[in-house]
Amino acid sequence: MADLKRGEKMKKKYGVKEKREARQFYMYTSPWILGFIIFTLYPMIYSIILVFTNADRTGIGEFIGLGNFTKAFAKDELFLKSLLNTFFYVALQVPLSIILSILIAIVLNKKNIKGIKFFRAAVYVPFVTAGVAVTLLWGWIFNSQFGLLNYALSLFGIEGPNWLSDEKWAMPAIIIMMLWPIGNSIIITLAGLQDIPKQLYESAEIDGANGFQKVIYITIPLLTPTIFFNLVMGVINGFQIFTQPYVLTEGGPNHATYTIMMHIYNHAFKYGEMGYASTLAWILFSIIMIFTLIINRTSKRWVYYDN
Amino acid sequence: MQARVEVQRQVKLSNKRSVGLVNRIFSYTALTIIALVFIFPFLWMITTSLKQPTEVYTIPPKLLPKTITFENFIEGWQYADFTRYTWNTIVVTTLAVLGTVISSSFVAYGFARFKSRYSNLLFAIVLGTMMLPNQVLLIPTYILFSKIGWLDTLKPLIIPSYFGGGAFNIFLLRQFFKTIPKELDEAALIDGANSFQIYYKILLPQIKPALTTIAVLSIAYHWNDFLTPLIYLNSEENFTLAIGLKFFENSYGSTQIQMLMAVSVIAVIPLIILFVVAQKYFVEGITMSALKG
Repeated sequence: MADLKRGEKMKKKYGVKEKREARQFYMYTSPWILGFIIFTLYPMIYSIILVFTNADRTGIGEFIGLGNFTKAFAKDELFLKSLLNTFFYVALQVPLSIILSILIAIVLNKKNIKGIKFFRAAVYVPFVTAGVAVTLLWGWIFNSQFGLLNYALSLFGIEGPNWLSDEKWAMPAIIIMMLWPIGNSIIITLAGLQDIPKQLYESAEIDGANGFQKVIYITIPLLTPTIFFNLVMGVINGFQIFTQPYVLTEGGPNHATYTIMMHIYNHAFKYGEMGYASTLAWILFSIIMIFTLIINRTSKRWVYYDN
Repeated sequence: MQARVEVQRQVKLSNKRSVGLVNRIFSYTALTIIALVFIFPFLWMITTSLKQPTEVYTIPPKLLPKTITFENFIEGWQYADFTRYTWNTIVVTTLAVLGTVISSSFVAYGFARFKSRYSNLLFAIVLGTMMLPNQVLLIPTYILFSKIGWLDTLKPLIIPSYFGGGAFNIFLLRQFFKTIPKELDEAALIDGANSFQIYYKILLPQIKPALTTIAVLSIAYHWNDFLTPLIYLNSEENFTLAIGLKFFENSYGSTQIQMLMAVSVIAVIPLIILFVVAQKYFVEGITMSALKG
């Protein structure tokens, strides 16, 4: 009897303590919980509803079923153009930035070299400063007559194109520009390189492997988790490219640099077609999801994991 | 016989040494080329901004100006209201970064140290929102802010940071809090500290590198952000530097490159200084965040 009472008391006490802890948990996480409801959950639901309407700037419109989807895929040629442009951008910029990151990280991965910290920092600066100012700087570098790039090319006897005003060269120009602020993926790759055990290289040397073989058979396979991370991030960010083409070319010439995100921006904030723009946003999101899933699914085949 | 072995050893050694030297020269050459590619555009930006108009449009381009002039900075600054843009950018960046650091560490502390029936579920939602489409939220959020009269104000660029400070930051700081032994909290508790004092006085100082990393990345993000101010700000008096620079380029840019570069230099320099100052913590923090993330 006495035991039972004590048990009850203990249970009660434990309950109080638990309740107190739960109260503290909700107190500290409340900013996020509120933010989640206001800035995520509510907009998500709202956005799904918008997809099936012809809502304008006020967010109110009539129900039009799947009308926005038929418009996007059957009638909106500019959307298809923006899709193609964005795919072209991602298909080139993402792999090239990963290859460059690996090459540069290998050079930066030297311990007994004076001033190596300076070089590592230098590589990161374009990433920290990436914005309108730096984009304008590249506009000047790409200047066909007085720009640095065409001057550099002329030293090799090459006559550079009219980068930003040539339909064929405007998107490649933006890709070249976006291969410059890759400091983050370089530093992440460098961290991946430093995780590779030294003994592997040593035993490869004993077996008579040369530098190139060491890179192909040791470095690259052991870097695959890092490559995987950079690939996913690159695809997610790449499909959303907006600022650089908007600032440099405003999508031109002749829509050569017009991206999906610019199309969404125009329809939402220039023409006030919130319903249609929301549909485009969901299409963009689905594309990103599909690519992320594909990369994830195939990762078992090509990503090396320790355990 | 012994002498021969000794000579062989010497030759081998010197061979090894010269291989080391060749390697070193090769490394430095490669490093210098890399540094040039990443830094040279900035130098080009600075020298262009110091040139007189007649020296800007020349073939071949001249790296250094004959006479250095600061006219471009003074004139460019007056062509548009850059004092205003800079002030707005400082206000937005300071308040938004403060919100991000305070609220993400506060929430992360909650997730790291306390439990409730739904704490695991809620944390799973935090992780889920990291994959969430920002493009999809952009439009309904805009409609929401327009309904409460926040269009053409700086509020949409600042206030949301105070509600959790971003899922990735919460996740990252929670991981860092978890590496601190709980005995530290318990000892403080016995000494009479309450949970807020434990958070503020004991745990926060322990995760300074992580907080610095988040702060620097968040400063760079808000300072450079173009899409959000482009959507929300209409009148010139509310422009941030990002929008102001584009506005300036539209009005004068193609004919006044030296001025455009001058105002761009001013927009970029604070970030470079910040990075150089914080770099020590920063590279460490980035690496850790990549490994934990």
